[in-house]
Amino acid sequence: MIPLLEFDALRVTLPGPRGTRRTVIHRVDLALAPGSAVGLVGESGSGKSLTARSVLGLLPPGARVDGDVRFDGASVPAMRPPELRALRRGGAAMVFQDPRAHINPLRTVGDFLTEALVSVRGLTRAAADARATALLDEVHVADAARRLRQRPAELSGGLLQRVMIAAALAAEPRLLLADEPTTALDVTTQAEVMAVIDEARRRHGLTLLFITHDLALAAAVCDRAAVLYAGTLAEELPAHRLATGATHPYTRALLAARPDPTVPGAKLRAIEGRPLPADEAGPGCPFAPRCARATGTCRTERPEPRPSGDGRAACHHPVPLEGSAP
Amino acid sequence: MTTLRLAAAVRGPGRTGPRGRPVPLLAGAVVALVVLAAALAPLIAPHDPNAVDPLAVSLPPGAAHWLGTDDTGRDIASRLLYGARPSLLAPLAVTLAAGTIGTALAVSAAWLGGWWDRLVTAALDLVFGFPGLVLAVVGAALFGAGLPVAVATLTIAYLPYVARVVRGSALRERHLPYVAALRMLGLGGARACLRHLLPNLAPLVLVQTATAFGYTLLDTAAFSFIGLGAQPPTAEWGLMVAQGAPGLLAGRPEQALAAGGAIVLFTVACGLLGTALSQRLAGDRT
Repeated sequence: MIPLLEFDALRVTLPGPRGTRRTVIHRVDLALAPGSAVGLVGESGSGKSLTARSVLGLLPPGARVDGDVRFDGASVPAMRPPELRALRRGGAAMVFQDPRAHINPLRTVGDFLTEALVSVRGLTRAAADARATALLDEVHVADAARRLRQRPAELSGGLLQRVMIAAALAAEPRLLLADEPTTALDVTTQAEVMAVIDEARRRHGLTLLFITHDLALAAAVCDRAAVLYAGTLAEELPAHRLATGATHPYTRALLAARPDPTVPGAKLRAIEGRPLPADEAGPGCPFAPRCARATGTCRTERPEPRPSGDGRAACHHPVPLEGSAP
Repeated sequence: MTTLRLAAAVRGPGRTGPRGRPVPLLAGAVVALVVLAAALAPLIAPHDPNAVDPLAVSLPPGAAHWLGTDDTGRDIASRLLYGARPSLLAPLAVTLAAGTIGTALAVSAAWLGGWWDRLVTAALDLVFGFPGLVLAVVGAALFGAGLPVAVATLTIAYLPYVARVVRGSALRERHLPYVAALRMLGLGGARACLRHLLPNLAPLVLVQTATAFGYTLLDTAAFSFIGLGAQPPTAEWGLMVAQGAPGLLAGRPEQALAAGGAIVLFTVACGLLGTALSQRLAGDRT
């Protein structure tokens, strides 16, 4: 099957001081089949958001992309502005982490939802208003007509995130990029918002790239999980195997670092050392300085992603799964 | 008690706006009064501003002529009232033109970036290097003296004052997340600029132009004073100061003082209003 979205050895560099270039994404290979949901997990600064933004061409000014991002077979970095606008208008939509920062505070919710419908899709005001009301109903916002007249400051974070999701759905996209959509929300609201996203995905047959810190959430919502470390794709595997089938030492360490509420008084097993910013990664495996399994090869030679366990891992010495040959 | 006082001290004087504060209120009243006088000049002026009366030359202030007459017998009070019109309209034109063109340049430079941004920034810096008066002299030498040329050269001279500040803010605004969200929705650059960026920059542009207005008034008056702005026999404040200057030595300071006082009063009032507005803006931002 042809993937709807494909990252092909994606590498992103940003301009640094005095003409130098800072690598923020070293290598990401990932394919999203139409209708699938892939969770992208990793620490802050591991390049999750930039990976997602590269799909919409929303990278910071001066960013240079090597490798390729293909949406439905078309290379996004090669797109001219009109094609890029067409992609944003109908191909892919994004739900951002902090809805309050991503909606112009001076305009009403109705303006935010209908502006693109009127100016981009050519709907009449009345039709756009009706569509906006329907969209808010779809994301389970009660009293939609009143909400449309309110300003962002009058809405709670959870409500505003639903407005954001409604705005993304308004474009009738095929791909939904959700950049930590629940991180700014409290836990109960998180669950509601996730349910809204999941429901919309199933109803419209959307492909979902879901970015999160939350391993359990990724495993619950997604078909496949991809783990990013310091701008490098460390491992990619079926989401339901995340807890048991991980072979990359970093994924293993991440899983071990989760608190287990069923064991009273258990100590958290933190990963030694500090998370490596992507631009400090040397020639070897970026995780090597913190990895118990690291050898000389790991420090000098960057591992290529290769089949490991049920998925792929970029590791010279993957952890063997129990009951299988190393 | 202490907490309250501390809170008041932290809040500082800039937090409250023009309302309820005497200085901005007074400045606003002065500006409004002068604008009103200019608008109603034909109704309230006691005499024709250009009527020459050989029998009433250089009269001291009195019942018939509140501020006396000048050396050709024209009523100074009437000239002061009528003179408010070109004296206010010329700087108004400068501020509007510089504000509009400057904002357009600044927003387009901040939005598009690249070579256009570098060109605009360099051009603005270049203009910034020339004092307005020098530009006016060059303009007068090329196109002749007169108020329209003075307005045009002053507009160019004031572009950097508006454009530089607005560009900085537009640049910051442009990188705020909501702009990315608008682009994600597929909005074009022009629409995002006009409907979202500009309204959010409007308070800043307002403050910047309000402050500049007083200075442009001072500058147009200066142009007229050195003979490059309004031409006789127009009643204009800067020109009146020039024509009344000999009187300062001859013991007849009314004309120069009246016109000069009007200029000072209005410029100071504008400056105070602009400061109050910008403090209010800063208060809103913190």
